[in-house]
Parts: sequence; C-alpha cells; structure tokens
Amino acid sequence: MQPILRHLTAATAVALGLATALPAAAQAPAPAQAPAAAAPANTLDAIRARGTLICGVNTGLAGFALPDSQGVWRGFDVDYCRAVAIALFNDANRVRFVPTTAQVRFTALQSGEVDMLSRNTTWTFSRDTSLGFDFTGINFYDGQGFMVKRSLGVQNARQLDGATICVQPGTTTEQNLADWARGNRINIRPVVIERLEDNIAAYNAGRCDAYTTDVSGLAAIRAVQSNPNDHVILPDVISKEPLGPLVRHGDQRFADLLRWIHFGLLTAEEFGITSQNVQQALANDPRPEVQRLLGRTGDLGRMLGVDNAWMANIIRGLGNYAEIFDRNLTPIGLQRGRNALWTQPGGLQYSPPFR
Amino acid sequence: MSSAPEDPRYARQAPRRPLRLSWADERVRNLFWQVLVVGLVGGAIYWLWSNTVHNLEVRRIATGFDFLGREAGLPIAESLIPYDPSMTYLRALTVGVLNTLKVAVVGIVLATILGTFLGIARLSRNWLVAKLAYWYVEVVRDLPLLLQLLFWYALLQGLPGPRQALNPIEGVYLSNRGLKLPFFVWEAAHSWALLAFALGVVATLLYRRAMRARQMRDGAPRRVWPFALLAMLGAPLAVWAAMGAPFTPDVPVLRGFNFRGGVDVSPEFFALLLGLTLYTAGFIAEIVRAGILSVHQGQWEAAQALGLPRGRVMNLVVLPQALRVIIPPMTSQFLNITKNSSLAVAIGYQDIVSIANTTLNQTGQAIEGIAIIMLVYLTISLSISLFMNWYNAKIALVER
Repeated sequence: MQPILRHLTAATAVALGLATALPAAAQAPAPAQAPAAAAPANTLDAIRARGTLICGVNTGLAGFALPDSQGVWRGFDVDYCRAVAIALFNDANRVRFVPTTAQVRFTALQSGEVDMLSRNTTWTFSRDTSLGFDFTGINFYDGQGFMVKRSLGVQNARQLDGATICVQPGTTTEQNLADWARGNRINIRPVVIERLEDNIAAYNAGRCDAYTTDVSGLAAIRAVQSNPNDHVILPDVISKEPLGPLVRHGDQRFADLLRWIHFGLLTAEEFGITSQNVQQALANDPRPEVQRLLGRTGDLGRMLGVDNAWMANIIRGLGNYAEIFDRNLTPIGLQRGRNALWTQPGGLQYSPPFR
Repeated sequence: MSSAPEDPRYARQAPRRPLRLSWADERVRNLFWQVLVVGLVGGAIYWLWSNTVHNLEVRRIATGFDFLGREAGLPIAESLIPYDPSMTYLRALTVGVLNTLKVAVVGIVLATILGTFLGIARLSRNWLVAKLAYWYVEVVRDLPLLLQLLFWYALLQGLPGPRQALNPIEGVYLSNRGLKLPFFVWEAAHSWALLAFALGVVATLLYRRAMRARQMRDGAPRRVWPFALLAMLGAPLAVWAAMGAPFTPDVPVLRGFNFRGGVDVSPEFFALLLGLTLYTAGFIAEIVRAGILSVHQGQWEAAQALGLPRGRVMNLVVLPQALRVIIPPMTSQFLNITKNSSLAVAIGYQDIVSIANTTLNQTGQAIEGIAIIMLVYLTISLSISLFMNWYNAKIALVER
C-alpha cells in the first residue's frame, strides 16, 4: 500500500508543478488565446468572417420581433438587425435571429452566443457598467404601464392595490413594479413566468388582474388579443424605459456602426429621404449633408469601415426611421409621441450632424 | 500500516527493488502516465479558469459575491420567511432555497405514500385495481414532466375567478388564485404547543423502544398507543389550555381583487407539487413492486402458515425485507424530485433557480449565479444521499 501512496503523492506534486508551470509557458501567447474562447475581441471582424450577423431578438412580440406566416422575422427591432446586415453585406437576409427570453438575453450577449441585442432592452446604469455592455443609442423612448381587462373597471394604476400582477422575470419591469408598489404603499402580488407566451396566457386565464411591461409591449400584446377592445392600457406610466440596441463592452467600432445607423435613419427622415426617393436623391439632391449621408461625396462609410453607400442601401431596403416605425409600430396602435423628431412638438429623436 | 507485515498477502509480495530510471521499470511507467493525466487535467482547469478571468476583465464584467449584500428590488410572491424587495439578494436567494425545499420535502412525502400504495395496488388480486394502477404508471411515466406541469397549471387556471370562487365548505375557496383555507391567528401559545408536540413525538419513540426491549425479554406485546396519545395530543393541548387557550379564527374574505386572510396554496406551488408527486409516484410504484416481488414466495407461505392475516404478512414480514431492495433506488427518486423542482420557472413558482436566474440577469454575474444554483442543489442532494445511506445501513440485513 505504501508504494502506491508514494506514487500518488509524487504524481500529484509533479502535476501541481505542471499546472502552475504550464501557464508560464502559455503566458506569452495570452492575447492569442482569447479568440479561441467564447467571443473574439473584435466582433465586427468575426461577423465578416462568418458572413452572417447573429442578432438576439425577442421571443415574439408583435411589432418588434415576430416571425410572419412564412417564418420571416418582422418588426422594429428586427429591422435594426437587418440594417446592420445591409451595412456590412448589402444583404438584409444575412442575419440569423436568435430568440432570447428576458432572463437569458444578457448571458447570451456576454458569452458571445449573439453579436448584438436588439430586443426591447432598457438602457440602465448597471447594465451599461457592471454587466459589461455598451448601449448604442435610444431608438424607442418608452415607459412602463399596466394593462387590465375592461370588465375589471379599473381606471388608474393606484386602484390596483391588492391586485395580482403578471410580470416577466429578469426585467427592469419587475424591479420597477416592486419600486412603484413600495413608493406608493400599494400591495401587489407578482406572478413571474419566464416565457412571454405563458405569461400572457396566465393573464388571459385570469390568474392575474393586470399585466405590466413597457407601454409599447402592452400595445403589441393587446393588438394580438382575440378582442383587443376587452383590454385597457391604463394611463399611468410609472418609469422611463429608453430602449435600444446593445453590444459587448469593448466593441467600439461595432457600437459606432449601430449608433450611426440609427442616426442615419433619423437624418434621412429629417431630410425627407425615403425608400421611394433615395435613388433620385442620390443622383441629384443638392444638399451637402444628404450627399454625405448617402455616400455620394465624402467617405463617412469608409470611416466606419463599411461600404460608402451603406446608408443609401439601408434606406433603399428598409426606409428611414419614420417608414420603419410606420410599417411595424403604427399597426399595433403606437403613436410617434416622444419618438417624433426633435423638430416636432414633444419629439426627442435627435441626430448629431453627418459631417 | 503496522498490521501490514502480519497480513499473509503482503508476505507473498515480491521483494522491493530500488527504483531504476528506465522505461522497463513498471513503476516508472506508472508514474509517468499518472503525472501526465493529472497534469493534463490540472492544466485544462487552469486554462479554463485563466481564460474566464481574462475575458471577464476585458469586458469589464463585475465579478465576486459583493452583489449578495445589495438591495434585491425583486418582488417574490410566496415566502416562508419575511421578505420585501428592499432586502438583499442574499435574503432573496434564501427565500428561493426555502421554496425549493418546501416543494421538495412535501413532494417526497406525498410521492412516497402514493407510490407505495400504487406499487401494492399493482400486485393486488383485484383485477380492476391492478389494471388501474398499471395504466396509471404507464401513462404518467411516459409523458415528459414539463408537459405535465404545464397541463396541471393550465387546468388550475381554468378554475373560476375569485369572485365566482368554488366554495365547497364554509371558509374554503377554490379559484384560479389558488386554494384559500381558514386558519387562526398564530400566537405564542401555539408555538409552545407545537414544541410540546415535537417533544411528545420524541418521548413516544423512546417509549416504544423501551417497550420493544421488554417484549424481547418476555415475549409479551405491549400497547404503545395510550402513551402516544397522551404525549402527542394531551401534552400540547394542556400547554395551549394553560396559556389561556387563545383562538381567533382567520377566515378568508373577498375584498377588492382577491381574498384576504386565511392561508393560501398558490396555483403555481400546487401545480408543481401535483406534477412532481404524480410523476415520481409512478416510478416509486415500480420500485415498491420490484421490492415486494423480490421477497421469496416462501416467506409469504411461511408467514401464512403461522396464521398471520394477509395485511399483517405484508406489514410485518414482506415490507421490512422489501425495504432493503427499495431504499437504494428510492434515493435516486428523491434526488429526482428535488432536481426536477427546478422546472418551476416554467410555471412561475419562485424557487432557487427562478430567483438566481433573475439575480444573475439583474447583476450580470452569470458565473456566480450558476455557482450558487449548483452549490444549493449539491448540498441538498448530498444531504438526501447521506440520510438515505444512513437509513439503508440501518435497515440492512443484520447477519448473525
């Protein structure tokens, strides 16, 4: 027995030495070992090499991300993914959409399973800092609200004292609900179900008195109810929910691209460039900023590392911000409201100059 | 080691040769392979670890367990200990662990009882009973548990709303908000009475052991139940009465959106418990059946020849022997219930997985979150295993 024991001790000792010595040898190519791990440092190059963008979207929210009857993903968030694909490959279809629940979306992005999230995600302090993300702008100004059945006769949110409320776990919504209830000394009972569909089924079955999420989400859910008029969205908005696409921290070039695609869509709307007239504008619009935006003069596209006709291609394929909004969100009953251009009363959407 | 030289096996060993640094020496070869394997495993672990740390740093993702002390801010529907969203993540996770334990413990007890009955029923001489049990086992075992959970949850949601709640007995309401039962306002006297009951149980067990020892000496059976009744029922009642016999009923009443007062069983908990119990009972039934069949027919015949009725043959002769076959696979089933309870997230019961998932989502610290989940399940599972192994050793055949 003793020899075996001695062998084992010796083996362990040497192995321990190896385990600590091995890294010393491997220390030199340390940066090189990073690409072998989950996500490379430069996502943009990885997407180019792969030939497709992997975009994390909602599991199914009408107006934002929902496959149509042919299985083609449609929606406001989906169009932002497609815009990136057009900028990189001049092909709106070179995107693989990965449906992510509220609970797994951040891990999916952190681990490199998706390149970016375009998924009704609220820009918050901690997500921007300690979660290791960079938000690239606000493409939809939203706020949290409540939807109840009309038959309940509730007029405003403060009457929900004692109510059972369905909410998705892992969202700012969940925390806002708790904050709001505490702040207003209201008692609520949450029901937290991970999948959106199951959650809404619980609301419809009467398990909950109210469903809470961003007002845009409520509108989307209400629009696909069998009878939308049976449900009311209460007038109270209890939080600020600035939604926008996000990338991993450190992906500055990729973040720049996303940021300026959004601004490009806004600038196009501001100058009245649409999918209909973009060809004409490219040929003979005399305004210098339009010429720079569409890539006829200057080399803004090249500065971003994409084709100079990037915005012209995006606008031709998807339209400007207003067209994307009208195509996806107007049908579910959302108004432009705060998402109007800054030139409209109450509008917040503002683009820095293309120069 | 001092006993080694006396062991005849060691005496027959070849004389030890000095270690030669040659491939021909078996000990050198053994040492080489062992070093290589341990080195590779250690190296792989180190590589994974350093890579993770490097990537986390590059992305500036927070690490460590500091977040446990931060305010959680997440609402939790049911909790065994006081909780509100202003408490810490640690508290929220504790609530989650207790919720997991709650459903696992109740599930294990109920599944064992139901499974044992079903297992015996499958061996029944009554054709209908045996066939019913047979079909139950076949159907329940063949359907995925998640599907069954969603089925029960959907079924419970199909109950009428709170305003049209079913009211089978005065004070009991069944609606899609769960089962509401009347209770009474809990006071200090009730806690003391509960303590007296616990002491009564211990005293009864000790008494029974003493009586058994006497029966072993003179063979005369002794009654335990009068003492049990006195210790487990009389004593708590006496304590309660001595403290003024407080009793204030707390009956649920419909106010606003929901019932207030009384105790409730939420549809989420109930659906999960129902699903876990019914599913696992199917497996337990088969284990119990196998255990009973493993007892030799001769044991039945011998017991019957002594004039024991069939029920007592089962209780006194067959089941104690069957237990030895039943316990080890039963441990696996208990572990399964505990682990399967993590499907709770699908139907909105806030167990440890649900709360830890939300926590890791809010804090972005996935590795820590998953580590906590793993640690919790490992601890619970090891505890169950340890207990069952102890019990198994206790009931094992004592050879004389």
